[in-house]
Parts: sequence; structure tokens; C-alpha cells
Amino acid sequence: MTVVDLPTNGPAPASAEMASALASSKGAGPDKAFRGLAVAAGVTVLVILALITYSTTSSAWPAFTKYGAGYFFSTDWRPNQQHFGILGFAWGTAVISFIGVLLAVPTSIGIALFATEVAPRRLRRSITTVMDLLAAVPSVVFGLVGVLVLRVPLGKLFRSIGDSVHGVPVLRDVLGQGSSGTSLLTAGIVLAIMITPIITSVSREVFNTVPRNDKEGALALGATRSEMITGVVIPHSLGGLTGAVMLGLGRAMGETIAVTLLIGASSSPRITANILGPSDAMPAAIARNLSEASGDFRAALIGLGVTLFVITMVINVGSRRLVAVVDRRMKGAA
Amino acid sequence: MPPETTTDAVPASPVDEVAGADDVTTAPTLGGLTHAGAAADGAPAPTVFDVTDLSVLYSGFRAVRGVKLDVAKNDITAFIGPSGCGKTTVLRCFNRMNDLIDGAKVEGSLKFHGVDLYAKDVNPVEVRRRIGMVFQKPNPFPKSIFENVAYGPKLAGIRKKAELDEIVEQALRGSALWDEVKDRLGKSALGLSGGQQQRLCIARAIAVRPEVILMDEPCSALDPVATLRIEQLMQELKDEYTIIIVTHNMQQAARVSDRTAFFSVDVDATSGDRTGELVEYDRTEKIFSQPSDSRTEDYVTGRFG
Repeated sequence: MTVVDLPTNGPAPASAEMASALASSKGAGPDKAFRGLAVAAGVTVLVILALITYSTTSSAWPAFTKYGAGYFFSTDWRPNQQHFGILGFAWGTAVISFIGVLLAVPTSIGIALFATEVAPRRLRRSITTVMDLLAAVPSVVFGLVGVLVLRVPLGKLFRSIGDSVHGVPVLRDVLGQGSSGTSLLTAGIVLAIMITPIITSVSREVFNTVPRNDKEGALALGATRSEMITGVVIPHSLGGLTGAVMLGLGRAMGETIAVTLLIGASSSPRITANILGPSDAMPAAIARNLSEASGDFRAALIGLGVTLFVITMVINVGSRRLVAVVDRRMKGAA
Repeated sequence: MPPETTTDAVPASPVDEVAGADDVTTAPTLGGLTHAGAAADGAPAPTVFDVTDLSVLYSGFRAVRGVKLDVAKNDITAFIGPSGCGKTTVLRCFNRMNDLIDGAKVEGSLKFHGVDLYAKDVNPVEVRRRIGMVFQKPNPFPKSIFENVAYGPKLAGIRKKAELDEIVEQALRGSALWDEVKDRLGKSALGLSGGQQQRLCIARAIAVRPEVILMDEPCSALDPVATLRIEQLMQELKDEYTIIIVTHNMQQAARVSDRTAFFSVDVDATSGDRTGELVEYDRTEKIFSQPSDSRTEDYVTGRFG
């Protein structure tokens, strides 16, 4: 295993000499070591994922087997009577995440478009900095802001709304029962604030990948800036924007502490359209109860975590598919 | 499609006086030269652009200075010169594309039929509808061939399918692409070859019926056969359009253009700043056979650049 230096000048080496020169093992050692490290890192990820799945699922197993479908599809959650139906928590999580995404997506895309296409350069940088700082604020702080700033005025507002829709069909059911400021809507609003920075940040990156060539092509044909944005920037970005929204949705669904502080902690959440009333969410219920739970109650709480994990995985994989389809459609013939 | 229809189609616009302006009598002034096509009908061809003392600054740094030229109707005008001489920068002044660059500032005057394109009340969107552009790299939208060509007309408010069909066919015929794509108008434009894509971009530009087409090194990404097709196309297009082309390729300038502007770079001895400038502007024939400036001669004979 000797390293043969190729002569730079002079007669060509004999073919045997050339063969051994080309077969040099120079760099093979570090290459192998690096490859080993990379493979090990990749395997570690899979092992950790498998361990998470195994440990949580096995702890939750008694709840799954004992209560079966009733565990997933019942809203009857009375730990003292050994009734564990998690659908109410799933509903709570779904509603607040939906409200959060609904409020955050237009805001985020608006901010991102402003920061990439409209604002002057200096302002762009400060917007980006501020949004990145906002993303770094711990979620408990958002929860506290919700408690300190939003809860009391929202409570007043909810009560007055409740009074004014009293007796109005449909509206009465959706907005009628707000009493305190903690509710599905409150949690949803704070979630929206929390996921706006991440959706904005990803959308901004996506908008920045739109080729300058395409944008100039549209402008050169007499497109106004807004026509250029709707005609070129948005279509080009749809796939990436889908990804950004899914990332925000994932964060919203898993958010625990801020939601715990603001959702109202209903002891037995029901499927209700009343977004001004208290409810509960899957991660919040786990955080609130796990330390005092044992036996089936404990298994049922861990089962909440497993179920949330599976739902987020399904959404993640689904959104990847969606991104691929959207991308193919937008970048091919439309 | 006579250029006049452009202004008729978009009546309410700030630069509308353009169409009515009595510019047609303005003779080319530079060097007292008359336009080649003028001799035939005895009157000088109308001046489309009249540029005086044009400079472009990027964040206070002067990138190009001292551009003075006029462009006659239905001429092909070529901008040539070494890299960094500012020819593309100057071209992008003609449709206010430099507006998009932060810190870019245009000084001097650039008149289009007597109207200063950089006057306060001029809307760059209207300018770009009348002065189209074809870019260095073919840049079709990731849409179907039809949608690419129909994009501009749709922006201009044309919605009727039959009318769009007509415009798309005319534009594609005008860019000599119709026969190659007529059976796959619904297919993605990205499936076309580079040369076809560039002709599609030309079709897209002429579909909005501009008066002028600016071409920024339109053949630099193409092979010689595709280049030749584009050059032939330019000769056909000049009957209806006024064309300004930036090219790296001197032979191309010599082959296609009526007039040539030679740009060069002036390096400041003390600061080392490189500033582009217009050295000479004349009939193409003259630029390539008996240029007045020695720098032009050095360049066109291959001694420099």
C-alpha cells in the first residue's frame, strides 16, 4: 500500500506502474471513517424513533386493549369511573390547531411577501430579524402573555357576545357560552401568534427561491407587482408553502404549555361547536395529569401521546405527498 | 399587427400622449446620419428613442455614463462591447427594468417618442407593455405553451377564448414556432428545447403587441443552429418592430443590425473604478469597416476583448 507519485514530466510510466498508481489507497482511511460516522448517525435516528414508539406504545397498550375502539371514539372521559374516551381531547386539539393555522397562514404569507417583494431592503432585514426573534420566544412566555393580556378582556368580550347572540340559532351554539377568557378560541389565537414566525420564515425562504428570471419575465410583459406575485411567485411557491403550513400545524398540535394555560381545562371535553367555551387538548391533558396518574389512567394518558404522535406522523407523510403533487402540477403544464 | 393597435387597446394610460405626439418628423440627429430604410421613401424614419447623457448609478457608483444615441423605427440596433461595459445595464433602462434593482438610479434623459421614460408620471407597467424584452436565458413560465403566450394578453384584460386563440397563433407564427408546437399547445413549455423556448419567449413578448423588443444576449445560451433561427426571425420581426439587441457576438451584430453602439470600460487611474461608456454609435457597416475611434477598431478587429 505505497503511494506512488505520478511523474509530472518525463517518460510515461509502464502500465504496471500506472496500475499501482491508480490503485493508490490515498484518502481511503478517512473516507471509510467518515462513511462509518454518517451511517451510524443515520441508524441512530431510526433506533431512537423505534425506541420512542416501543416505549410509549407498550406503556399505553393496556388502555388500547382494554377499551378498544371506545378509547378512540368515545368522549366519555371520567378517570374516577375508569372511563377513558379521548375523542373530546382530539377535538380540542383539532379545533385550536385549525383556528391557529387559519389565523396564522394569511398573516404569515402576507408578512413573507412584504419582506421579500415589497419592503425596501433595509426594512426587509429588520422584519426578518424580528420574526426570527419571535420564533425564539419560549412557548410558556406566549402562554403567560395570553393569561396576563388576553384572558380578562377576551372574557368580557365573550360574555357580551354571548348576551347578544342569545336566542339566535347556530350563532348561539358557536359563540353562546363564553364565560371566562379561557377557551378554544383563546388557545387558538395564541397558537396563531406562536406559529406565525415559523410559517413566515419558511414562506420567506420559499419566496426567495422564485427565479428572478421568472419574475422579470412577468414584469417585462407589463405585469404589475401584484400580478407578478399572483401569477409567478405564488404558483412557484405552492409546494413549499404547503410544507410551511404543515410545519406550523405540527407545532400547533403538539404545543403543550401555552395551551394548558389558556384552553380552560374542561375535565371532560366534549365535541362542541362552542369555540368560546373551555375544552382541553391532548398534550395539555397529559402534562396536567400524568404526575398523579397510575394504572389504567396512566396508560390512557400515554395513549393520548401515542395517538397524537401517529396523527402528526400521518399528517407529515400526507403533506409530503401533497407537496410533491402540487409541485409537479405547478411546475409542469398547468 | 401594426404597433398603433397597442395604444388603441389600452386607452387610459399616462403615456398615451406617446401615440399622438408629433414625433414622426424628428430626424435622427447623431452624426447627421440617416436611417438606411429612409432613403426608399425619401423621408427620415421616425425616431423611437432619443437618449442624451444617460448614466446609471448603483448605490452612488457610476456604472455607465455618457450614453447618447437615438434609435430609428424598424431598425435593429446592436449594443456590443467587452464584459462589464454596461451594455445590458443601458438596455434595461429602456423598459425601466433597472427600477427593480435596489439603489439603481438613472440620470440624463431617455425619451420614447419625445416622452421622458423617467418622468414622474410615467408608469413603468405601461412602459413595459409597449417595450417588450427577451432575456439572456430563455425564461418560459412553468405553464403550458398556450398559457405562456396568453399571459401578457390576459394581463391586458383579454379574456375571450377565441380572441386569445387568435393572438396565440399569430404570436407563435410570428416567432416561427407555430408549426413545431401547434399540436401540443397544452403541454408544458419546459419540455421545449432551448432554442424553441427562446422563440416562445419572443412569441410571448410580441403577443402583447409592443412597439419595441429589447433583446439581452438572446442567443448566448443557444447552439449555432438555434442562433441562426433567432437571427432570421429578427430580420422578419423588424418589419413590424424596432429591435435593440445586446450581444457578445460581434459577427451577430454585423449580421443582423442596422446600427451598432460600441461600449467600452473606462478604468479610473486613481480609484480603479470601472465605468462603462458609449464610445461610438454609427451604421453597423461603418463601425465594422471604418470606425472613427481607435478603441472601436481595436475591438472589432479582435485586438482587444
